[in-house]
Amino acid sequence: MEDEVVLLDFWPSSFAMRVKIALGEKGIKYECKQEDLFNKSPLLLEMNPIHKKIPVLIHNGKPISESLVIVQYIDYVWNHKSPLLPSDPYQRSQALFWADYIDKKIYGGVGKRIWMGKEDQEEAKEELMQSLKTVEVVLGDKLYFGGESIGYVDVALVPFTSWFYTFETCGNFSIEARCPNIISWAKRCKENESVSKALPDPREVYGYVLQLKKRLGLE
Amino acid sequence: MGEENKVVLHGMWISPYSKRVELALKFKGIPFEYVEEDLQNKSPQLLQYNPVHKKVPVLVHNGKPIAESIVILEYIDETWKNQPRFLPQDPYKRAKVRFWTSFVQQQLCESLLTVIKTDGEVQQKAFGNLFEKLEVLEEGIKEIFPDGNPCIGNYNIGLLDLVMLSMFSPNNKIQEEVFGMKIIDPEKTPLIFSWLTVLHQLPLVKESTPPDDKVVAIFKFVRENALKSSLA
Repeated sequence: MEDEVVLLDFWPSSFAMRVKIALGEKGIKYECKQEDLFNKSPLLLEMNPIHKKIPVLIHNGKPISESLVIVQYIDYVWNHKSPLLPSDPYQRSQALFWADYIDKKIYGGVGKRIWMGKEDQEEAKEELMQSLKTVEVVLGDKLYFGGESIGYVDVALVPFTSWFYTFETCGNFSIEARCPNIISWAKRCKENESVSKALPDPREVYGYVLQLKKRLGLE
Repeated sequence: MGEENKVVLHGMWISPYSKRVELALKFKGIPFEYVEEDLQNKSPQLLQYNPVHKKVPVLVHNGKPIAESIVILEYIDETWKNQPRFLPQDPYKRAKVRFWTSFVQQQLCESLLTVIKTDGEVQQKAFGNLFEKLEVLEEGIKEIFPDGNPCIGNYNIGLLDLVMLSMFSPNNKIQEEVFGMKIIDPEKTPLIFSWLTVLHQLPLVKESTPPDDKVVAIFKFVRENALKSSLA
């Protein structure tokens, strides 16, 4: 029986990009439905009544929410190719630890404080740089966080790089200047189709943020 | 204990994050050495094993450190595959458990800590938030207990249980003494109340729960410190 896979998506969302990369790595066919976050569909409200957020993966009618929970689900169900998490429990624990760090310190709102451009912007820029420096050390001289191929931590972090142009422009700074290895790692990731298809053009993300700022009365 | 399979837990007796790992090891029957950390004076080993967050708990297995309580719980379940298994084998059920664990950890624990550490209007707002989230959980866990109230016989303790029981208890006496009201109200959230009652009556949990007056003293201590430092 054919699997029915639907993704409730919002193209600028880094969380949703994680799921798209995972689906791409596994070669899974899916239907992608764009949500308007200012006008959420009845399907979204039904499939994620608790948080009412994307991404939501609907597999044969059953919804799964929370981007990293979804990525782990995908890795577990479609375990025939491209494993994202290591099989060794210790290596796994390190991958989970760093994805959690990325969620807390990088995806946790520091980006918003940069593009909003208020009094805490300088502080937010410094925080982001420190966190990216920390993960840059973890990457070391490996090709990917996952080693020779894309892994869980790569999937967790690379979507955020599509927002770098927005942060650099709004905050007037260069991420490459302080974290050159992160930039070269991101370029390497994008040589993989799963990533290049999932990540939007950074300038389009910037365009979206400008519209959002206007809507919020910040421009 | 030989070097083969040496397990050390760096924890702190007040920390619910530390408690859940301690209980996980006990439930799995894993022998371990416990190191009580003084958070005002962290040991060099703790700083070496968890340089990123410098927090407890840290599990050290054969010299290799793992930090973050939920990461540790999953590691324990994957390394020691005996019962109880903390995660179901079915992928969808697994995702559900992870989803609710994330909800309890990020939303409920956050609200509870705000309630403990603040007063006045901020605290009132946090109470409102906490009760709202508890109601969401009450609805949500009906999937996990489809036959109604959980019962104690052969209870297979899992990830969500460990996270929940380390942070919440059905002990209304303590809640009334510390907060002036019930947090886990048997009338408002009966399923959560009976679930926590079952969990807190499990012998391993019971024997690691400090006496009521000590628990009250902990809450008051944490609260006083937080209020003092917010005035500074």
